[in-house]
Amino acid sequence: MSGYSVWSVLREGLRGQTGWDRAWRDPQPKAEYDVVIIGGGGHGLATAYYLAKNHGVTNVAVVEKGWLGGGNTGRNTTIVRSNYVQPKSTEFYEHSVKLWENLSHDLNYNVMFSQRGQLGLFHTPAARDGQAKRVNTMVANGIEAQLLDREQVRAMVPHLDYSENARFPILGAIFQARAGTARHDAVAWGFARGADQRGVDILQQTEVTGILREGGKAVGVETSRGTIRAKKIGVAVAGSTGHVMGMAGIERLPIESHKLQAFVSEPLKPLLDYVVSYGAPGAHFYISQSDKGGMVFGGDLDFYNSYAQRGNLPIVTDVAESALAIMPCLGRVKLLRHWAGIMDMSMDGTHIMSKTPVENLYMNAGWCYGGFKATPASGWHFADLIANERPDDLTEAFSLDRFERGYAIDEKGMGPTPKMH
Amino acid sequence: MIRINCPFCGERDHSEFSYGGDATVIYPELDAPEAEWAEAVYQRSNPRGPHKEYWHHVSGCRAWLIVERNTLTHEMGAVTFAHAGLTKAVEG
Repeated sequence: MSGYSVWSVLREGLRGQTGWDRAWRDPQPKAEYDVVIIGGGGHGLATAYYLAKNHGVTNVAVVEKGWLGGGNTGRNTTIVRSNYVQPKSTEFYEHSVKLWENLSHDLNYNVMFSQRGQLGLFHTPAARDGQAKRVNTMVANGIEAQLLDREQVRAMVPHLDYSENARFPILGAIFQARAGTARHDAVAWGFARGADQRGVDILQQTEVTGILREGGKAVGVETSRGTIRAKKIGVAVAGSTGHVMGMAGIERLPIESHKLQAFVSEPLKPLLDYVVSYGAPGAHFYISQSDKGGMVFGGDLDFYNSYAQRGNLPIVTDVAESALAIMPCLGRVKLLRHWAGIMDMSMDGTHIMSKTPVENLYMNAGWCYGGFKATPASGWHFADLIANERPDDLTEAFSLDRFERGYAIDEKGMGPTPKMH
Repeated sequence: MIRINCPFCGERDHSEFSYGGDATVIYPELDAPEAEWAEAVYQRSNPRGPHKEYWHHVSGCRAWLIVERNTLTHEMGAVTFAHAGLTKAVEG
């Protein structure tokens, strides 16, 4: 399989695009692998990639029920940032942003990571204090961030509602210049291709129907294409974690499944140069403009447990109201598509990356709203956990038993109510 | 839109209600061992299918209800008052 370069693009342009190989193979499942990763989204594929690249573990299969990136990888609003305040989360997400910064080169695949910067607006003096504290925390952790005043924000994004009667008066914003967006499909495809080139088998249209256990150890998976034995199994199926872990006899987890909707408008001329988000009582909204021109945006969860990958009307109205409250100029823009994904909402709003009570079974779950930005670091650290069979210093904090031990990592201070994170 | 058949008000849009979470959670006695409390506070069965859950009819009769709903299909089952005494009062 050849690498992609400007020369290969030119060559294929002259040859009528006839010489491209498959980006990854479509192999038959082997009877046994060293590691089976359940879930062919960004996290599962990144895990396989880093298992091969960082740890030399190449006898690996990624087992995916549908197609690559058809779950939450393809359903998010593609925002990448690292403006967290809890110590381990700060470190984790900053590691992720650093991996993003070199990801296209590392994968030889353009993931279109665009560091356009993110503005988190605030609307009250108290919220300004909160964001000032966030800036200080970030800066103290070596993550560049700025607090902007109203006029600075106006100079960057002139078409927000700065009027006297604005529902949410804009006092300023927290700004992370290195934040941005990426092309979500390309992230799945790039990791898939990179993993495949290193020998990983990617098995699409292969649904896991059971997890084989012998003497309390996980030893393989039953799939729609037969039994596949494995020395270790990693589960990266956020959204369906409860369902899949149930197959291994783990019936209860500190997770609830909720659905989150996202929206894209018809393509417009360049309008919004940054990612803009805001949260205030009664409104929650984030928006960016894709390279094709569509306004990509979203808001709150639907607020009740659900595995239905479709949204409900009250939140469509809420998001539309939140949009118009801050960007009245969107009033006549037509909505092109809208959809929902299933979030693993954890009890403290932080992910779980951990060994499990079943030996040789590892879980990567509970990403709440924030899984996409975590993709490279998630794969990096999950691969490390599986390869070395012990959590590294960072991953240790995200263990499954942190709740009962009293070490929840509650970024927002909301308590154990998953829908509030 | 989910429609919830409130036993007092009749069938209404779910936007009149506020979701209150898993109704199968039973909190232990105050002096119960920590492990029991950790289980009740943090662990959920989170089923993909029939789910028993609390809804509060905030913009209606303000009663707390127990609603049976399928989390995969959103199919609705029985709706009852969370407080047995209320059922008795309304039906009695």
